[in-house]
Amino acid sequence: MSQQPQQHKKMVLKLVAIVVAMFGFGFALVPLYDVFCDLTGLNGKTANTAAIYESVEVDESRYVTVSFITRTNTGMAWQFAVETQQVKVHPGQMNQVNFTAVNPTNRVIVGQAVPSVSPGTAALYLNKTECFCFEQQILQAGEHVTMPMRFFVDPQIPKDITYFTVQYTLYDVTTAEQQVALNRG
Amino acid sequence: MTTTTSEHQDDNHSHEGHHEHHIPPGIKRWLYTTNHKDIGTLYLWFAFIMFLIGGAMAMVIRAELFQPGLQIVEPNFFNQMTTVHGLIMVFGAVMPAFTGLANWLVPMMIGAPDMALPRMNNWSFWILPFAFIILLSSLFMEGGGPAFGWTFYAPLSTTFSGDSTALFVFSVHIMGASSIMGAINVIVTIFNMRAPGMTWMKMPLFVWTWLITAFLLIAVMPVLAGAVTMILTDKFFGTSFFDAAGGGDPVMFQHIFWFFGHPEVYIMILPAFGIISQIVPTFSRKPLFGYASMVYATTSIALLSFIVWAHHMFTTGMPVAAEMFFMLATMLISVPTGVKVFNWVATMWRGSLSFEVPMLFALAFIVLFTIGGLSGLMLAIVPVDFQYHDTYFVVAHFHYVLVTGAIFSIMAAVYYWLPKWTGKMFDITLAKWHFWCSLVSVNVLFFPMHFVGLAGMPRRIPDYALQFADFNKWISIGGFAFGLSQLIFLALLIKACRKKGEPVTAQVWEGAEGLEWEIPSPAPYHTFETPPVIK
Repeated sequence: MSQQPQQHKKMVLKLVAIVVAMFGFGFALVPLYDVFCDLTGLNGKTANTAAIYESVEVDESRYVTVSFITRTNTGMAWQFAVETQQVKVHPGQMNQVNFTAVNPTNRVIVGQAVPSVSPGTAALYLNKTECFCFEQQILQAGEHVTMPMRFFVDPQIPKDITYFTVQYTLYDVTTAEQQVALNRG
Repeated sequence: MTTTTSEHQDDNHSHEGHHEHHIPPGIKRWLYTTNHKDIGTLYLWFAFIMFLIGGAMAMVIRAELFQPGLQIVEPNFFNQMTTVHGLIMVFGAVMPAFTGLANWLVPMMIGAPDMALPRMNNWSFWILPFAFIILLSSLFMEGGGPAFGWTFYAPLSTTFSGDSTALFVFSVHIMGASSIMGAINVIVTIFNMRAPGMTWMKMPLFVWTWLITAFLLIAVMPVLAGAVTMILTDKFFGTSFFDAAGGGDPVMFQHIFWFFGHPEVYIMILPAFGIISQIVPTFSRKPLFGYASMVYATTSIALLSFIVWAHHMFTTGMPVAAEMFFMLATMLISVPTGVKVFNWVATMWRGSLSFEVPMLFALAFIVLFTIGGLSGLMLAIVPVDFQYHDTYFVVAHFHYVLVTGAIFSIMAAVYYWLPKWTGKMFDITLAKWHFWCSLVSVNVLFFPMHFVGLAGMPRRIPDYALQFADFNKWISIGGFAFGLSQLIFLALLIKACRKKGEPVTAQVWEGAEGLEWEIPSPAPYHTFETPPVIK
């Protein structure tokens, strides 16, 4: 009997360690999820940084059709559109597509575009060398902007993917941004 | 089965002097208590009060849905009712009721004098009322309480929710802390305090299932705490765990939530399996069929519960390979569950059955839980899940497994052990009324939900298309009847606590076996201060 409290303490410490570890695991799921999705391209996320177009061989034997869809998130007032809705490209070939955005309101709005590729597996092969989605866009009241997006499709893209869609969703991130600006000032 | 020689009056033991606590009078007895029986009682009453409050919210929901169109409550209030009803029933009623039963029964079943950590036991109960006061009071805030469903999916809960989200998060933190402390207590008690001779494979199944449940709790409650914390920081502190604009991912919320959520389902049903495995042998007057297979089945259900979570998310656009994996893993769970149902039926096979009230509830459990299990199998099939997803079919499914499953098992347990706790037989007439009224009304309430669900009625909406009007009227009538039936239970419990009724023997039920039936009825305040000897 007298040994029991000692035994209890050891056991409780072990169990508390499990609890702490599982709390950490919950947060570890966030980077793990991103890594998992990056490796597999499961959720259609594309790279957040510019790819470099260097010694890429153009595969002229086939075409890949790329469609573009634009949409604004609820509460985002910009008019957001793409000039070319569909392009047919050779893998490895450099392309440019222009997007336009208008801020029809009478206030400054900061926007952030987030791309998503469907089917998700194609996301790994979409290489953007220049994209407005890499950074936030600031539009003054009534301002109009044309935003180029330059990309090439990786020649490694599997033969069975002949068509994929890139959707850009535009989010209004003004409040968060302004808060940052206020903090700096 | 285990048998014991009772040695309560052990002569060469000089415990008497320092162990004879005096019980403080009035409310202090309950505030300061570290006695596992007192704390068990507190948990059970708390759970019952929460069951009535959560039930009252269900009555509001059913009153609104009695007729098509909006008549009684605002849609925003309706959403608060569905949300808080779910939270209260899961975290306030079912889980504390099982913890209460564990407090009462685990020490008595393994021959221990108390729980291993009595002072923590007191804490883990007494923080619970605060959690629910916080949650319930948020309903009176400007803008109302949480209205995003008990699953609090982002971005709904991070973007379109009110300020009460903070209160919701803190109350879930407290509930989680309480469950984790309770689970640690159960594990330490079972590991370290079994009476000599109480080997692992002699432990009653209720103890086994609770041990496995406790491990599930300490594995997933911290993940829930993490998920609500991320919601809190996303909403109030500008992080972007689930905000796509900031690089986060709203679908990831569902992964994290259901990584907790699916084991949580088994947290609410494994102790029920244990209860049924105690009751069926008693009233069949036969030992449980396949004891070892029950233990292994419970363990495999617990392990499988960690790899099936995404079956809640088939419609989020997963790759086919992942859908296949989660579908098959989910279906795999029906194998150990089927083993259990088979074992209960085999226990009854050629037994000398008698149909006392606990047995009635246990039988209703076996039949109705199996119905809920079968609709669960249907939901696991990917192509049809696209039709069933977010319809009343899902509502029917989880109410069959939670109400006629978990709650019926808790009622069975209360009727089974109540005479041991009070020393008096409960009012059998009232109990039978309670059983039959509940049985009929619960099926009127939940069975037609299958039909309206298959026909496409979405869940969590305060209005519906006209063609569902007749069924919904019946469902609401069943709901009101089921709610009223629980008042019979309340009356019976009040009567039982006032120690009315015929005195019972130590064994109470003719076929009952196990350590708890060898101590006198009512169970003395302190039991097994000298460990019993188990042959």
